[in-house]
Amino acid sequence: MALPEIKQSVTEARLAELSLPDGGAWATDARKSALSRVQTMGLPGRRDEYWKYTDPTRLTAAVAKPASLFDPQESPVFGEVDRLKVVFVDGVFDAEASDALAMENVEIERLADASAMDIHWAKDVYGVLEARGQDPVERPLAALNTAFASDGLVIRVTGKAPKPISFIYLHREEVSDAILHHVVKVEAGAELTILENGPAAARFNKCMEIEIADGGALHHVRAQGRDHERQAVTAMFARLGAESVFKSFTLTVNGVLTRNEMVVELTGDEGVAHVAGACMGDGDFHHDDTVFVTHDALNCESRQVFKKVLRNGATGVFQGKILVKEGAQKTDGYQISQSLLLDDDSQFLAKPELEIYADDVACSHGSTSGAIDEEGLFYLRSRGVPEDVATDLMVIAFIAEAIDEIEDETLAEEIVDRISNWLNRRH
Amino acid sequence: MLEIKDLAVKLEEEEKQILKGVDLTVEAGKVHAIMGPNGSGKSTLSYVLSGRDGYEVTSGSATLEGEDILEMEPEERAAAGLFLAFQYPVEIPGVGNMTFLRTALNAQRKARGEDEISAADFLKLVRAKAKTLKIDADMLKRPVNVGFSGGEKKRNEILQMALLEPKMCILDETDSGLDVDAMKLVSEGVNALRDEGRAFLVITHYQRLLDHIKPDVVHIMADGRIVKTGGPELALEVENNGYADILAEVA
Ligand SMILES: Nc1ncnc2c1ncn2[C@@H]1O[C@H](COP(=O)(O)OP(=O)(O)OP(=O)(O)O)[C@@H](O)[C@H]1O
Ligand SMILES: [Mg+2]
Repeated sequence: MALPEIKQSVTEARLAELSLPDGGAWATDARKSALSRVQTMGLPGRRDEYWKYTDPTRLTAAVAKPASLFDPQESPVFGEVDRLKVVFVDGVFDAEASDALAMENVEIERLADASAMDIHWAKDVYGVLEARGQDPVERPLAALNTAFASDGLVIRVTGKAPKPISFIYLHREEVSDAILHHVVKVEAGAELTILENGPAAARFNKCMEIEIADGGALHHVRAQGRDHERQAVTAMFARLGAESVFKSFTLTVNGVLTRNEMVVELTGDEGVAHVAGACMGDGDFHHDDTVFVTHDALNCESRQVFKKVLRNGATGVFQGKILVKEGAQKTDGYQISQSLLLDDDSQFLAKPELEIYADDVACSHGSTSGAIDEEGLFYLRSRGVPEDVATDLMVIAFIAEAIDEIEDETLAEEIVDRISNWLNRRH
Repeated sequence: MLEIKDLAVKLEEEEKQILKGVDLTVEAGKVHAIMGPNGSGKSTLSYVLSGRDGYEVTSGSATLEGEDILEMEPEERAAAGLFLAFQYPVEIPGVGNMTFLRTALNAQRKARGEDEISAADFLKLVRAKAKTLKIDADMLKRPVNVGFSGGEKKRNEILQMALLEPKMCILDETDSGLDVDAMKLVSEGVNALRDEGRAFLVITHYQRLLDHIKPDVVHIMADGRIVKTGGPELALEVENNGYADILAEVA
């Protein structure tokens, strides 16, 4: 079926600015088929149901809008964590600034190097999970990413990784447009933690595909910031085997536009998937969490916990779905999305969905939007806590349930510190 | 210490006058009790004094050691030495009790130009005070008042009072919900704080609390006014005969 004219022209204009990177046979095949997906679907437009609450115009524009650099005058997050640092500057890998790409139980390669080979294990993941994730809801920007990603890492984890891999995305050029694609394969029983932080570029399209084999575990903690005018669309595709664990937490502060998609598929019995996020929006801030969790095995557990603190006209969006396929009995699915609106100008738009085709499951979802609890605020103030500090305490309390999803205490503290700093900057 | 003159208060949202000219002076070192029928305005008085939103002062004044408190923010009143033990302490999920207590204590110290207390000293201080009130360490770790029983909440109020060492303590039905032993503990906590430089205003319905915390003066509040003031014997009269006689007498 032909695309609507506007979609067609937006898509063509965007594609005209891009060219497929060179690569070996497997990579070229993957990129070409992704490109044909983009051409078939067309890039998202305002009329698309899935983009009802978020205007994709800036994400699909042929040329990215510039974003000025912002220095929050705080030491970068995860500074206290022993980690393997991988630095990208405006979407380009910086070998000098990065640690050596080597660690016990982990193979790390640049996407370009893996792509250059004729045969590579990444063939079974790159673009494969993204393509699966196009059904039942289309995600053309992720397919665009698969086709044109100019950099990224390909990671295979064969045992317990001794320390986290930490992606640091620096933004140095006001005019920059980055497309990164990472592939992570966690072999049976293996374990890895991935950290991500930084504004990355004026415009950032990032995709991460994660395959977790039976009994494997992947933890992901992201502090997404920071430059006010930056625009980002990110997608994570995770496919989980039996008894595997996937836990992801994202903190977002600042950023004029962020769309984080999370597509999780539980394909083996007794898998556990938790995705959580907290965002702090002030003023010109639009943040969209779009989550799709599919249960396709027995006895799996999934949790979605999203908290948004919004003020001065900020907008928060949550679209979250739990799909329980036929036969996915004993599914334990939970979804909560809540916003704390610190004034009347800010808004929270939520679309929680459950779709269940199995009869023996326990699924619950809830979505609330509210102001700060005045009774609580007065109670704190009556004990001498100044209003701004009391408000901060209530804000941190509000997002505590999302922070609790971070298993590692040091990482959780780092995240809470970021939030406190952000709040302090606004006093 | 606390001087309230002709204080009249209505609700901000509706035309409902709740306090209709309250006159009350509590001297330093003294314990005053307020009794009165349900709905007579006792809690309203305590809220207005501590600065809760939703009320409009239509006339009168309230000063703490000569300073007008009605113009102050709630936290300024606290720093000036005012404390209200709530009739219904508020639950605040997600805010740890210890964080709350330390933040409050340090904020007050800061407002008074004093140094903040160190984490270690604070811990010692809280543990000691909690022990005398038989509050176990587990409770301190939980979020503020969340999952506390009625009695535990009241004890937590007194713990806060003991920590913050306010000059003017208002206790709004701190005895309700307390078992006999807890009432003794709480009273001992209050009595331990009795001091030349400190005053108490104890709101209660029952003589039993006043057996433990002996008041110097007892006031009866009815329909938004102090209608009668007397010695401790006034509380006994209420205990034995209810309010009917007193109200008839002043009507
Ligand atoms: N926010 C409010 N909205 C409506 N009515 C109110 C409000 N606050 C107080 N009132 C009313 O004002 C009156 C006094 O209430 P208050 O709580 O001060 O009484 P009280 O003397 O403390 O009673 P009790 O002994 O039952 O605790 C009551 O009639 C109450 O319903
Ligand atoms: Mg009352």
